[in-house]
Amino acid sequence: MRAEAVVVAEAGRLPVLRGEPPLTLRATPDAVYVVGTAAGPLGGDDLHLHLEVRENAVLRIRSAAAQLALPGHRPGPSRMSVTATVAPGARLEWLPEPLILGHRADHRVSSIVDLCGGATLLWREELICGRHDEPSGDGVISFRAEYAGRPLLVQSLDVGPHAPGWDGPAVLDGARASGSLLRVDASIAWPGSEIIAPTAVGMPLAGPGWLVTATAPDAHTLRAYLTR
Amino acid sequence: MTAALLLLADGRFPAGGHAHSHGLEAMVASGRVRDLDAVERVLIGRLRTAGLMTAAFAVAARDGDPDRLDAELDARTASPALRTASRRQGRALLRAARVIWPDAPWVRLPAQPHQPIVLGFAAAAAGLTDDRTALAAVHGVATATASAALRLLGLDPFAVQALLIRLAPELDALAAEAVKGDLARGAAPLTDLSAELHATWEVRLFAS
Repeated sequence: MRAEAVVVAEAGRLPVLRGEPPLTLRATPDAVYVVGTAAGPLGGDDLHLHLEVRENAVLRIRSAAAQLALPGHRPGPSRMSVTATVAPGARLEWLPEPLILGHRADHRVSSIVDLCGGATLLWREELICGRHDEPSGDGVISFRAEYAGRPLLVQSLDVGPHAPGWDGPAVLDGARASGSLLRVDASIAWPGSEIIAPTAVGMPLAGPGWLVTATAPDAHTLRAYLTR
Repeated sequence: MTAALLLLADGRFPAGGHAHSHGLEAMVASGRVRDLDAVERVLIGRLRTAGLMTAAFAVAARDGDPDRLDAELDARTASPALRTASRRQGRALLRAARVIWPDAPWVRLPAQPHQPIVLGFAAAAAGLTDDRTALAAVHGVATATASAALRLLGLDPFAVQALLIRLAPELDALAAEAVKGDLARGAAPLTDLSAELHATWEVRLFAS
């Protein structure tokens, strides 16, 4: 299944809000919700979400429920791509519920965020490797953010049986839940690193941002680390 | 050229790489790494993240824009402690390489360059091909991690060497992947965390 959704935010209004199953969108006073209207993503799905936050607008994206990636009937991985542009003085908050990688899933996420100088960002990603008592599927969670034309944070977390070493002590050490929270705001003097918990740390980036990265035994604990 | 590869990759090359454990010292202290088995899992995780990234950037630096590559490496290194470690190792390698290959275009390097970029320049100066540049890079990450493990855990040196030999095909495969031109970006959350934890210690064996 191929689907595309587009949100354009201007100060106080959403001139474009267009989705299609399974990427159905619903605007509420609090946020634009991505409402999953089909199972998945399933193998072979190709989903695209485009976000544009225009000057001085604020756009918050949430999701109604966790996403559960599962193998499909068709060959090939499932893909989800998110592209976002954030204008000067605008703010994007990306706060969806976790992505769960079901057994034998093969899911690729690619997010590309282009922040103009003076834009701000809050970007949370949470990954749960397998449902209860189930081995993880394969996942590649790839992220790139640029600020004022310079790379700010570029990384890719590879998990699952296709990625040797992913559950070793250098990467996730067997934790089922992992995630990050990125804040970007050039008007803030970000503090030095902070050890939040034995498996959670906040770090100032080389550019104008602060990243909390964490692993946890479960989604609930992870969320607590990622609200700091 | 084979001799040049061996010399550049040799742990005795005066580039200071073995002063760094890249978070392993903190992983050992926290009990996350206790034995050879865990060391193997650390090695594989580090090779597929930092190892592949180091190799891909060293290869790219041979004829790429060093300032752009330096900014891309900064964005791939979320941990300030690891950014500092990379720049310190870059400086140490540059100090040695400038003496060895005085005519190489060192002036093109940014101030305080990241280690993989200096490595790429040094490999080019030594006349290494892309393949061998990548191999020197992944070899450097593997041996630095293994020798840190040896010192921190007091492991049997023969067993550690046997582990490295066993991983040789993996090193070859990663080097082959690194020359494809894709600027790898593999994240290792607990390496970042361990490096930051380590940076808060007052007394430590390794610089990172």
